[in-house]
Amino acid sequence: MINAPLSELRRALDAREISAVELASLFLDRIEAANPALNAFITVDRDGALAAAREADARIAAGTAGPLTGIPLAHKDVFCTEGVLTSCGSKMLANFVSPYDAHVVTLLKNAGTVMLGKTNMDEFAMGSSNENSHYGPAKNPWDNTRIPGGSSGGSAVAVAARLAPIATGTDTGGSVRQPAALTGVTGIKPTYGVCSRYGMVAYASSLDQAGAFGASAADCAALLTAMAGFDARDSTSLERPAEDYSRDLDKPLAGLRIGLPREFFGPGMADDVRAAVDAALAEYRKLGATTVDVSLPNAQLAIPAYYVIAPAEASSNLSRFDGVRYGHRAAEYGDLADMYEKSRAQGFGAEVKRRILVGTYVLSHGYYDAYYLKAQKLRRLIAEDFRAAFTQCDVIAGPTSPTTAWAIGEKSDDPVQMYLSDIYTIAVNLAGLPGLSHPAGFGTGGLPVGLQLIGDYFAEGRLLNAAHRFQQATDWHTRRPAAFA
Amino acid sequence: MSLSIEEVRHIARLARIELTDADAHATQAKLNGIFGLIEQMQAVDTAGVEPMSHPQDLATRLRADAVSESDRRDAFQRIAPQTENGLYLVPKVIE
Repeated sequence: MINAPLSELRRALDAREISAVELASLFLDRIEAANPALNAFITVDRDGALAAAREADARIAAGTAGPLTGIPLAHKDVFCTEGVLTSCGSKMLANFVSPYDAHVVTLLKNAGTVMLGKTNMDEFAMGSSNENSHYGPAKNPWDNTRIPGGSSGGSAVAVAARLAPIATGTDTGGSVRQPAALTGVTGIKPTYGVCSRYGMVAYASSLDQAGAFGASAADCAALLTAMAGFDARDSTSLERPAEDYSRDLDKPLAGLRIGLPREFFGPGMADDVRAAVDAALAEYRKLGATTVDVSLPNAQLAIPAYYVIAPAEASSNLSRFDGVRYGHRAAEYGDLADMYEKSRAQGFGAEVKRRILVGTYVLSHGYYDAYYLKAQKLRRLIAEDFRAAFTQCDVIAGPTSPTTAWAIGEKSDDPVQMYLSDIYTIAVNLAGLPGLSHPAGFGTGGLPVGLQLIGDYFAEGRLLNAAHRFQQATDWHTRRPAAFA
Repeated sequence: MSLSIEEVRHIARLARIELTDADAHATQAKLNGIFGLIEQMQAVDTAGVEPMSHPQDLATRLRADAVSESDRRDAFQRIAPQTENGLYLVPKVIE
């Protein structure tokens, strides 16, 4: 049952072979046993989960269950959950019991899902390794001396170690796709605006987008279908009809044109990652797809542009943490300015402070045009590169991350090296496109490698279809770390 | 580009983040590393390129000028560091 896909869990629940309460208990017990080693969860809500499971059982008994009723899941701790700690991985919010639910949380509650708890993450979603969490890093279940990726590391670990069948995440510069790749699970970030940002603690509002983790593309499709949809409370939410992201899963791949950007296959990619990616592409060709060389000439500008836009928006968004209305307030202070400065100095970790400082500088008087506006122009060039590439292909493929999971501590003292690890994912956020990562094999030391698929706007169904067909023909996505099988 | 220690202190003040002397130099070095990365942008000619703030170039949505929120003051103030009679308390700002 622990390793079963959602379709099997649904069948077993509907057939009363297992109750939602029993299923929740099974996963809660696994969390209890494994979390001390993995640190995937910041909060485990056993009582809340069992109450939600009892309601789900009642719905199943009444014949009013939906596709996800009774399915356990974990939420990244960036999503506000009413009555449950929402720390965002920060000391600043270590006492923040949210008075309301995020829109995504509401949708998934209404769908009858059973929230097991809140997962570990880089503080305020700023990081690529989970080491920036106030609660310590989540550990990679394939090798617990290694990072799981970030910022949604805890959600990726929860799914990889089967502490939850599915989990939510957010992706501002790769924070769903990169940890999915490094832990051997599937993760999708939809087109910007598809999932509401309401109640998602804001990092960089023009880039932040919720996403889904699962063991397979089919599981991700089911979760994303329940998470997506217009919400008037998010000013950038897109007014589109609801979509069933599972509908095209089985479509044959014959004729699918996969673009391979030469900039993604350069010298920066580790040999073991390249070997796995090449083998996965060969598998796609066997399934009937063709590959075509494309170019994203401005791709190398994505990281510099991102590290202007994201910190600028973060410095503005995080100005709300002032020790007045909620969150951390220093115990001792003098005047009001001193209270702000001490509360923020104590509440924020080093990386968050750095990004606020970078953002404050680039938005300060006289620098706006040279930095923020310049970065927004580069953003346009990057988006136009993708537009041109999609005239030659249906999806774009490449590595998700240039390397497999690195050792805890290896890059934590060098922000620039850490930033460069997101080289293949960031451009997708700048363009606002959907992206998916799925397991593509293993590299040196038995560490997972992810293949990234990038689609044109609103091509989530196409990405999930491609990944699903790949997963029908391969078994990489069914491999489990030995210690948690 | 390289930030001086005075500039680092100035930015920290603007950001309302206390910066101790011990932290200032380490912060300066890390920020200058980050700005070294950012400066790569300046090599590209972007004359005539329209800045992009939203991938779909959406217009801001309008709504009716009507009350849409309920009064949840008590719930919101329950999590505040210090309140009194429905007010948030901060150090005195006007003598």
